[in-house]
Amino acid sequence: MTATRRGSARVTLPSEREILITREFAAPAALVFRAWTTPDLVRRWWGWESSPLVVCEIDLRPGGAWRYVTRDADGTELTWHGTYLEVDAPRRLVSTEVFGDNVDGEAQNILTLVERDGVTELQVTVVHRSKEHRDGHVASGMERGLQNSLDRLDELIEGDVR
Amino acid sequence: MARAATTSDAFNAVAEECRRDILTMLSGGEAAVGEIVEQLRIPQPQVSRHLGVLRTVDLVRCRTVGRRHIYRVNAEALRPVHDWVRTIEAQWNERLDRLDDVLAELQP
Repeated sequence: MTATRRGSARVTLPSEREILITREFAAPAALVFRAWTTPDLVRRWWGWESSPLVVCEIDLRPGGAWRYVTRDADGTELTWHGTYLEVDAPRRLVSTEVFGDNVDGEAQNILTLVERDGVTELQVTVVHRSKEHRDGHVASGMERGLQNSLDRLDELIEGDVR
Repeated sequence: MARAATTSDAFNAVAEECRRDILTMLSGGEAAVGEIVEQLRIPQPQVSRHLGVLRTVDLVRCRTVGRRHIYRVNAEALRPVHDWVRTIEAQWNERLDRLDDVLAELQP
């Protein structure tokens, strides 16, 4: 049951340049890969509730480009883009990732999917150029997470007032 | 300069594998330097150096019993690192829970 897997993603820091995300899905690898690489499907899960994905371009081939843009209620847009380096559906996908125009902070994302008995283990390894870049990535994510929490707090407060 | 950086904060201090091993061991209970050397099979000078780094950023604290220095984890100092990873984890969970929903819908 998918319900039991809610909140089961684990994030670890296996080395000083890496962030590793792992989670299992009750679905075949081919389907997970499709949901990961099909714009209409990516739009439904990649962004945030408060800032959904408004642009999702995927040219799924080695050397092909990808670009994601999120936009919040204030119109603030955030952009991620990169190039696919390896496309080995449905097992492995390697791409570069740049946040905004921070080309110096380019990271490499390695997606691997391993299917066993209809359950697929997903691993995403984000490899940064240096520990400093990784820490910057995590720190910016933290701000983002904090903002989300503040938004939720706002909603709670509003709900209370009404 | 590189050495100064390793002691600057808890994040740098836990970036090193040996130091993580030492912290993991100490999280199970306090230990003397000799016990760390024995259990982790790391040479004593290295263990002492790593403990020095961990002490500088207050990740471990030390008490002296006779001539023995007994080390323990200061969990409070680890909190920023813990929070840092948990925040990222919370975001990925939101995202991957939504992916899970999409996958459930796609399946008969």
